[in-house]
Amino acid sequence: MSNNINNHNPFYDPTLKKRHLSDKIFKYMAMSALLISVAFLLVFFTDIISKGLPSYKQAYIELPVKYNTETVADSSFAIDEKHYELVSRAWYRDMPKYVSENPEVMNKTPIEWVLADDEVDQYMKGHQNTLTDEQKTVVEELKKQGKVESKFNTLFFTTGDSKIPENSGFLASAVGSILTILVCIAFAFPIGVMSAIYLEEFKKDNKMSQLIEININNLAAVPSILFGLLGLAVFINFFGLPRSSALVGGLTLALMTLPVIIVSGRTALRSVPASIRQAAYGLGLTKWQVVKDHVLPLGMPGILTGSIIGIARAMGETAPLIIVGMIAFIPDIPTSFTQAATVMPAQIFTWAGMPEGAYIERVSGAIMVLLAILLTMNAVAIYFRKKYEIKW
Amino acid sequence: MKIDVTKREMDNKPLEVKVHTEDLCLWYGDKQALFDISMDIYKNKITALIGPSGCGKSTFLRCLNRMNDLISGVTIKGQAVIDDKNIYDSDVDEVSVRKKIGMVFQQPNPFPKSIYENVAYAPLKHGIVKKGADCDNLVEASIRSAGLWNEVKDILKNPGTGLSGGQQQRLCIARTIAVKPEVILMDEPTSALDPISTEKIEELMLELRKDFTIITVTHNMQQAARVSDYTAFFHLGKVIEYSDTETIFLNPTVKQTEDYITGRFG
Repeated sequence: MSNNINNHNPFYDPTLKKRHLSDKIFKYMAMSALLISVAFLLVFFTDIISKGLPSYKQAYIELPVKYNTETVADSSFAIDEKHYELVSRAWYRDMPKYVSENPEVMNKTPIEWVLADDEVDQYMKGHQNTLTDEQKTVVEELKKQGKVESKFNTLFFTTGDSKIPENSGFLASAVGSILTILVCIAFAFPIGVMSAIYLEEFKKDNKMSQLIEININNLAAVPSILFGLLGLAVFINFFGLPRSSALVGGLTLALMTLPVIIVSGRTALRSVPASIRQAAYGLGLTKWQVVKDHVLPLGMPGILTGSIIGIARAMGETAPLIIVGMIAFIPDIPTSFTQAATVMPAQIFTWAGMPEGAYIERVSGAIMVLLAILLTMNAVAIYFRKKYEIKW
Repeated sequence: MKIDVTKREMDNKPLEVKVHTEDLCLWYGDKQALFDISMDIYKNKITALIGPSGCGKSTFLRCLNRMNDLISGVTIKGQAVIDDKNIYDSDVDEVSVRKKIGMVFQQPNPFPKSIYENVAYAPLKHGIVKKGADCDNLVEASIRSAGLWNEVKDILKNPGTGLSGGQQQRLCIARTIAVKPEVILMDEPTSALDPISTEKIEELMLELRKDFTIITVTHNMQQAARVSDYTAFFHLGKVIEYSDTETIFLNPTVKQTEDYITGRFG
């Protein structure tokens, strides 16, 4: 049964073997391409997470602290000489303020958990550090007594940048990022969507509009740093808006994001079936009614997708913001759009250039937070897109 | 290309011209698609436009409610007179033209909204009715006229796109008549439908003829013969022959018409 007598197969095609082979080769090539990108992502994430997680812990030391008029005048006397260098300079700086806020500690010597120097922290984490052998033995001693401990690093989440590594946090830059992105969305989204609607639905096709179209498409591909120069020239030099502020940064990013939103918005509007437009026009509706009630709701998911991509890109953008001054050292959390601010990518950039190990681990820690914010933003946008998506 | 009215006496009512075109020409860019179309289309009759693909019958149809204005690069000359007013006069707003002259398309194209909203949307926008009982009544009457009421009365909140193709097309007709037009243009309304749905639409057309003037484009000879009172044969942008349907199908005067109808070309 299995062997045909004359071995004749009416479906035999001599070219098929080769054709199936190239099928397979192509399939495996495509698969390996996917695997490579997945591998890259995995390496990236494991590296970032393994480096970043330690930054969420910070060493504290339990020591007797002398609070009296002498130590308030010069806080370096508050800790005994043996442990003096193990305590953070930030703690010495803030001590007099702490006493003035809590006068009941005056003339007492309580045993307190104080912020450790970043080198102690690095030593505790087993990283490279600059502690002398003598200091190391002191730390080991404290460790045995249970007087050094890695606690959750609340400072990292609640402060701005600092010249003292263990005292620096990303909150100022995160707030700056949020303010900047709010400005960016407030300007880029409505202007971009309206431009897309005009170009797609209202404009007459002529030389002028073709020129505008080509320019917008090209703008989407312009290096982002050039938008920084434009922002500097227009918003700061011409309009005199405050330098380094979230307002200027947001406007600059809006300039950069606009072409992306316009191009993707137009694509989304164009993909709305012509039959829907015709149906609406056929009922004697005006252009705006057709656009507002039929074209826009159907195009919205696409417009949103494009806008999210554009705004997420803006959120991670550093180059144009460097030019408008948002790379500056900003220790204070901005409370208004016109105050000097920095953004998370700029903060990451600044920290990445620092020599101290504590800053380097904060780079990864901040990247994780930035990624989390971006993913949350995207998730929220996708949720809204799904919620308002019109089912066919 | 006028037809002899006296020869035809379908009912006792005298014929009344609803749409009259005079030397209507149309160009897509440099290419002329319609050549000097002059026709009288009669009130409360069904006029079928037949002809091979690309002959200009759909283009002509879309001239009558100025849908061609939406295409860039279109130039139109000549007149399309409806109710003694040329709709291409500068003081005529194309939007109001389309309200008075409704259109049903080849592909059923309900809005991705509920069945109720599909019908209620345009009348509300035109201010024909206000939200509430008036609107409900208009929706019901329109869907009833489209012969769809019994099928959808319990599912008015469901999306219109969930209906079958034939039901969708009748919903589109209901949507069109809800605006209370006087003329309904139908651009191959049954070509995407199965024979049973087609039959329903044809019955509906005969029913609607009492209240509306219907102009339909069709590729289906039998359909033209079955439903239309008048038939115009288009070829290469010209009206070759226009007469009552009986004459066109039984005694065409032009050889080309006969060839097309008997299936020798087209």
